[in-house]
Amino acid sequence: MNKARINKILNEIPTHIILIATILIWVIPTLGLMITSLRPVQAINQSGWWTISNPSLGGSEYTQFCSSCHGADGKKLPNADLSSPELVNRFPRSIQLLASLRKDINGQPHMGTNPLPTPQQAANIAVYLKQLAGIVTQSKFTLNNYIDAIVGYRGTNNYVDDCKLGEQSPDLHCNASDVLNPRGMGRAFINSLLVTIPATFLPILLAAFAGYAFAWLDFKGRFFLFSILVGLQVVPLQMTLVPISRLYAQMGLNGTFLGVWLFHTGFGMPYAIYLMRNFLGSLPRDLFESAYLDGASHWTAFWRLVIPLAMPAIASLGIFQFLWVWNDLLVALVFLGGTTPVMTYQISNMVTSLGAGWHLLTAAAFLSMLLPMIVFFALQRYFVRGMLAGAVKG
Amino acid sequence: MAASPAPQIMKQGKLAPWLYLLPALLIMTFFIVYPMINTITLSFKNKDGSASAATTCVAGKPCWGMFENYHYALTGEFDTSSFSAFWKTFWESSYGNTIKWAFLMVAGTVSIGLGFAVIADRVKYEALAKAIIFMPMAVSFVGAGVIWKFVYNYGTQQVQIGLLNAIITALGGKPISFLSTPQINTIALIVVGVWIWTGFCMTILSASLKAVPEEIVEAARVDGATEWAIFWKMMIPIIMPTIVVVVTTMVINVLKLFDIVYVMTGGNFGTDVIANRMYTEMYVNFNVGRGTAVAVVLVLAIIPFIYYNIKRFMMQEAIR
Repeated sequence: MNKARINKILNEIPTHIILIATILIWVIPTLGLMITSLRPVQAINQSGWWTISNPSLGGSEYTQFCSSCHGADGKKLPNADLSSPELVNRFPRSIQLLASLRKDINGQPHMGTNPLPTPQQAANIAVYLKQLAGIVTQSKFTLNNYIDAIVGYRGTNNYVDDCKLGEQSPDLHCNASDVLNPRGMGRAFINSLLVTIPATFLPILLAAFAGYAFAWLDFKGRFFLFSILVGLQVVPLQMTLVPISRLYAQMGLNGTFLGVWLFHTGFGMPYAIYLMRNFLGSLPRDLFESAYLDGASHWTAFWRLVIPLAMPAIASLGIFQFLWVWNDLLVALVFLGGTTPVMTYQISNMVTSLGAGWHLLTAAAFLSMLLPMIVFFALQRYFVRGMLAGAVKG
Repeated sequence: MAASPAPQIMKQGKLAPWLYLLPALLIMTFFIVYPMINTITLSFKNKDGSASAATTCVAGKPCWGMFENYHYALTGEFDTSSFSAFWKTFWESSYGNTIKWAFLMVAGTVSIGLGFAVIADRVKYEALAKAIIFMPMAVSFVGAGVIWKFVYNYGTQQVQIGLLNAIITALGGKPISFLSTPQINTIALIVVGVWIWTGFCMTILSASLKAVPEEIVEAARVDGATEWAIFWKMMIPIIMPTIVVVVTTMVINVLKLFDIVYVMTGGNFGTDVIANRMYTEMYVNFNVGRGTAVAVVLVLAIIPFIYYNIKRFMMQEAIR
């Protein structure tokens, strides 16, 4: 390696440091959510997710205060065997443990000349002793949070254990039907799909028609109409909510899928037409000329020529609309609410109302991100292309 | 107009184009144009839209007649007894917060996005790095809200399970209740917005940076220009039109922003923004008149951008 090359590498180091630091800042919050969603409830509230690689709770305190006499496995003193459940059960909490540590044993202080552990440390030791004695077996990771979130379990234990004991709440049946429990994320997932798929397909179809007309058909007011459309792209959703929800109330469309499909279609239209028209307008003119010369009608040209050629634009638009509808909260909140809860609604409900702990919240949030993440990483190319084509949408 | 592809290719009826347009025009009229007009009318009405807003005036208090809802929308959050009281309440109101959002979020997303695009351009793992920054765009605001609420978590007990407070206590500081301390909480929310939208700015700015011809950059290097000078004196002026587009798009996004505030604080503790206030008036207080008045104020703020969008479109068409 020559000197110039070493210099070049040294010069690049700050670049890498800045990049990697930024990437870490971007990734760590999501990573924390993911790890937390896989941890047992008790562990989530006792320690941060970043301590996951540390020895179990109380391990270090045990080593500090106890293991020199009792041994690392607690079996060193035969008449005070800390691996026996009977003995450990006499010290379930820090109070009993501390009391015993303050007592003299055979006329000698229990701890000798060493200081007593603080109450917090003693509490941790008590937890550790239970594990040592095999009273509780706590694994570091669990899928219980996900199961609880999917079936909508809100009890104090967890769904699997409750079902084993037959103590489940009346709205759960401990069979496959629980996946569709209206309070659960399983049902919300299906609702989200039922909302999103038609609300993605419909605007694309209508926009393809209109985009074709704007790009290749001649009519009066073409430019004027399209300019209005460009302006409509940035009209805020909030502006239209009230009249539509009043109208829906009269028409009985509040709380129906149809109402939400139509709303998303109407609102996604300006951007979709804009994208379609720009894409179709950039296709070579000869293509259409030769098709028309061969005697194709508009209708045939549209289905046989325009739709297949527009596939890249349709893909971009599809991803955009899909993510938009899937991630939308406001429309779902106003038009669907709690009658047919979608995933975003369900999560926002869990955040704002008390009663759902971090274990449920993190699992639910991760479930809602699963599908968009897959779509995003699989079709990132089209997503970026659509964004560059028309940078405004909301 | 003459420059756009003029399609007199085949004989078409006068009717045919309108048949293609009809479904789209109908649905847009129903869902965008009609509601906009209706919203404006409702904003001059009372709580349930049954009578004029003038009827809601309280005797002995200042009243704007049929503009009473606007009176409320524009001044309701302020304490106008003295200038200092007004100043203080202004910056905790939905307007003050929306201004904070607009400045800090646009500055944050555009500068980080641009910086990252420039730096990532020099390394081999560019695609991966950009995909990671871009990833929050795929996540819902609600999901992002949960992610960051956990980061900001404030434990009343000794153990801090929120990452930020754990870092603060590990360094010997006192834990902060990020989401309920005024001033800090709006900043904390804006950080979430920056986290989500930086990828968007980065992608668009990166594409326009890559479109700068390599030859002119190379020529400047040969002439002895430093990388710093090339960036500020060449790159920035060349991509300026794109930066303007990104900034306006971001301002529009900020004005409409609702989900982050709704999920993380519900607009409490002095974090309200215009879009969330509209929701609160409409669906929590069930006051149609006031809710629509706030919505109209929001649209008035956006109108310059609508105008700008149309103008930019016309310029693009002219050079096509």
